[in-house]
Amino acid sequence: MSAAAPLRQSIRAEGTGWFPRGIHPPEEKLHSRYRPVMSLPAPAEVRLPLSQHAGAPASLIVKSGEEVAQGQCIAEAVGMVSAPLHAPFDAKVGRPVKITLPNGRRVDAISLTRKPEGADPGPRLWQELCSDAKSFATCLEMPADIILDMIRSAGLVGMGGAAFPTAVKLSPPKDKPIQCLLVNGCECEPYLTADDRLMREAPAAVLAGAVLAAKVLNAGRIDIGVEDNKPEAIKALRSWRPDWPGRMRVRGLPAKYPMGGEKQLIRAVYDKVIPTGGLPMHVGVAVINVSTAAAIAHAVRFRRPLTHRVVSVTGPGVTQPNNLWVPIGTGSDQLIEFCKGLTPSVGRVLSGGPMMGMALSELTVPVTKGSGGIVALRAEETKRPEETACVRCGRCVDACPLHLTPARLGQAVRHRRWDLAARENLMACMECGCCAYQCPAGIPLVQLMRTGKTELRKRVTRAGAA
Amino acid sequence: MDAPVPSLDVAPSPHVSAGGLTTASMMREVMIGLLPVCGFAVYRFGPGVLLRLLLAMGLCIGFEALFMGMRGRVSAIRDGSAALTGLIFALTLPPTVPLFVIAVGSLVSIGLGKVVFGGLGQNIFNPAMVGRAFVTAAFPASMSAAAFVPDGMSGATPLTLARAGETLPLVDLTTGHCWGSMGEVSAVACLLGGGYLMWRGAMGWQIPLAVLATSVLFGVFRHGVDPTAPWGWTHELMAGGLCFGAFFIATDPVSSPVSHSGRLMYGSGVAILTWFFRSFSGYPEGFMFAVLLMNAATPLINQLHVTRPVGGHV
Repeated sequence: MSAAAPLRQSIRAEGTGWFPRGIHPPEEKLHSRYRPVMSLPAPAEVRLPLSQHAGAPASLIVKSGEEVAQGQCIAEAVGMVSAPLHAPFDAKVGRPVKITLPNGRRVDAISLTRKPEGADPGPRLWQELCSDAKSFATCLEMPADIILDMIRSAGLVGMGGAAFPTAVKLSPPKDKPIQCLLVNGCECEPYLTADDRLMREAPAAVLAGAVLAAKVLNAGRIDIGVEDNKPEAIKALRSWRPDWPGRMRVRGLPAKYPMGGEKQLIRAVYDKVIPTGGLPMHVGVAVINVSTAAAIAHAVRFRRPLTHRVVSVTGPGVTQPNNLWVPIGTGSDQLIEFCKGLTPSVGRVLSGGPMMGMALSELTVPVTKGSGGIVALRAEETKRPEETACVRCGRCVDACPLHLTPARLGQAVRHRRWDLAARENLMACMECGCCAYQCPAGIPLVQLMRTGKTELRKRVTRAGAA
Repeated sequence: MDAPVPSLDVAPSPHVSAGGLTTASMMREVMIGLLPVCGFAVYRFGPGVLLRLLLAMGLCIGFEALFMGMRGRVSAIRDGSAALTGLIFALTLPPTVPLFVIAVGSLVSIGLGKVVFGGLGQNIFNPAMVGRAFVTAAFPASMSAAAFVPDGMSGATPLTLARAGETLPLVDLTTGHCWGSMGEVSAVACLLGGGYLMWRGAMGWQIPLAVLATSVLFGVFRHGVDPTAPWGWTHELMAGGLCFGAFFIATDPVSSPVSHSGRLMYGSGVAILTWFFRSFSGYPEGFMFAVLLMNAATPLINQLHVTRPVGGHV
């Protein structure tokens, strides 16, 4: 991959900004969308899970009792798909601990205790990220291979949730050339406003990061998709056009859930359909989140590894909703405490949004690279209709953005008819939750889908082993 | 933190759901859609209709409570489905139907049509149609073509007239100035109620559209085969129970397919069978038989119509 190579021919197709089906849950962004990002005062301790990304866990390279400086690598990547970890502040390495992530995975973690005399780097890092266009313009000249190295060593992973190592995503196989870089600023989950605030307050970083990623991919076109319920973000992103020879566009998209799903977004922007089981690269597209784009710029322009991120702490169950710039590894309880605690009426606290986020059983769970929100809901928000029999009203079919038949899938799983579930394409389900959101009979469809998918995967593995 | 540590509730995603949409609210919506039909029936046939409709609803609720009570699940009646079954069953009967016929029909609708299969959502056949088929066979005198014309009145139902090669003005058919079952006489009332349900999203457009469009097609076909027939496709559409059935009987979600293409196929099947029975059987109308037969075909249609996921099959 050479920086001098001509830009790849870009996809000419234009999507209509639409994808079929999907739902319109209340947006609920007002709790926090007008709260500017505040830097959370550095906590006394962070606990960094060694596996907060897709792929192999990182391997510790520091010992208990050792002193580490802000930004120092404390665990390195193992193998191809992995990402290193860095210290968010000057700290003393504590003991290895085990923690349970919101997804139920029990993983190794390392505790770092902040040195009391050390400065809080948070405000400075946030200020850097919010630098103006002029400041970021200088780094766009960097050669592609150096940018990729910096992205890899900064420990960047997808910050929209899946936490796939960014360097791997930006080096697709030779036979899958990427023509378009699609930057995902949809933030279609209700309540969450972290990406919205980031786009408004650090637009230059997002744009510069997008250009840097496009340079690495040698893509000829950049599209930034933002739902049109964030007009300020769209305006901010349009205020600067980085010096880059390809085609670049900020695209307002109608707000609809799950617009931020890769498949839906690619359909809306390029009118292209990813084959079932395929990836965006199979249609010549790479998708990165706006937070990831900003982190790329931060890493390349200021040589900062990924140690902080913006997290929305929001919902009617939080006393003072906020958008916070927090060290990765900070316990969720500390964020909530900074937001003046939970209200007495709180019922459920989520990591992530209400459609796909996971309920926390304990509030000490640390913020990870991929978690963009803590949403506290009251019992009235989480109330579901009492479960009754499925009358096959078909609302789930009208809602499923993947065009599955959730009613029949759910029934197949309940009756353990794995053959039927496989025939009706259960494995294509992405668990977006549209079906369960709409179901008047209160059937836990997503849970059934997960159960069924786990079982089908097991069967495939077993068949492979036999 | 001085605030009391709240007890946290853990559940799988999604953590929010569409407000206020429940099985009971869906049933309520269909009843609202049936209001024009019921209102017109009372206007056309007198207050006796009201008695019969309420009796059928009450009996169906009672039987459901009785049978579900035997299984320890009396609460099942709260979903409103039994009342709706009763209402639809009664609307397909002649306006002067004896009350004991309603009682027996309600018992069969709920008992044999629904509970034997395991209650709501499990039944293969449309319960109201099971009840009606039973009383049609068991009480021929009360359900014969003549029964649809009240004592002391002259005339016959539109479809009986059709058999004799006679016809009624189209405007009478649409506005309901003809004889027939309580719910079916006014096509306008059916369209009003059906339109309301579609506007509210309470029912899909696929089945009514397929039934109506296929009927038009076969009406045109009939006219093509026999140009002397006094019945055009407009009569095919407006006479008898077609409009009522297309919107309120064939659309019973439990006993019809779930995918859009499956529903189109099902609706067309209902229309074709109806046309067949109307043309050749011993009964002037055939919607009930058509629906029951297509109900039987529903599991197969569901298997044939596996939706193609975005991106293709796995």
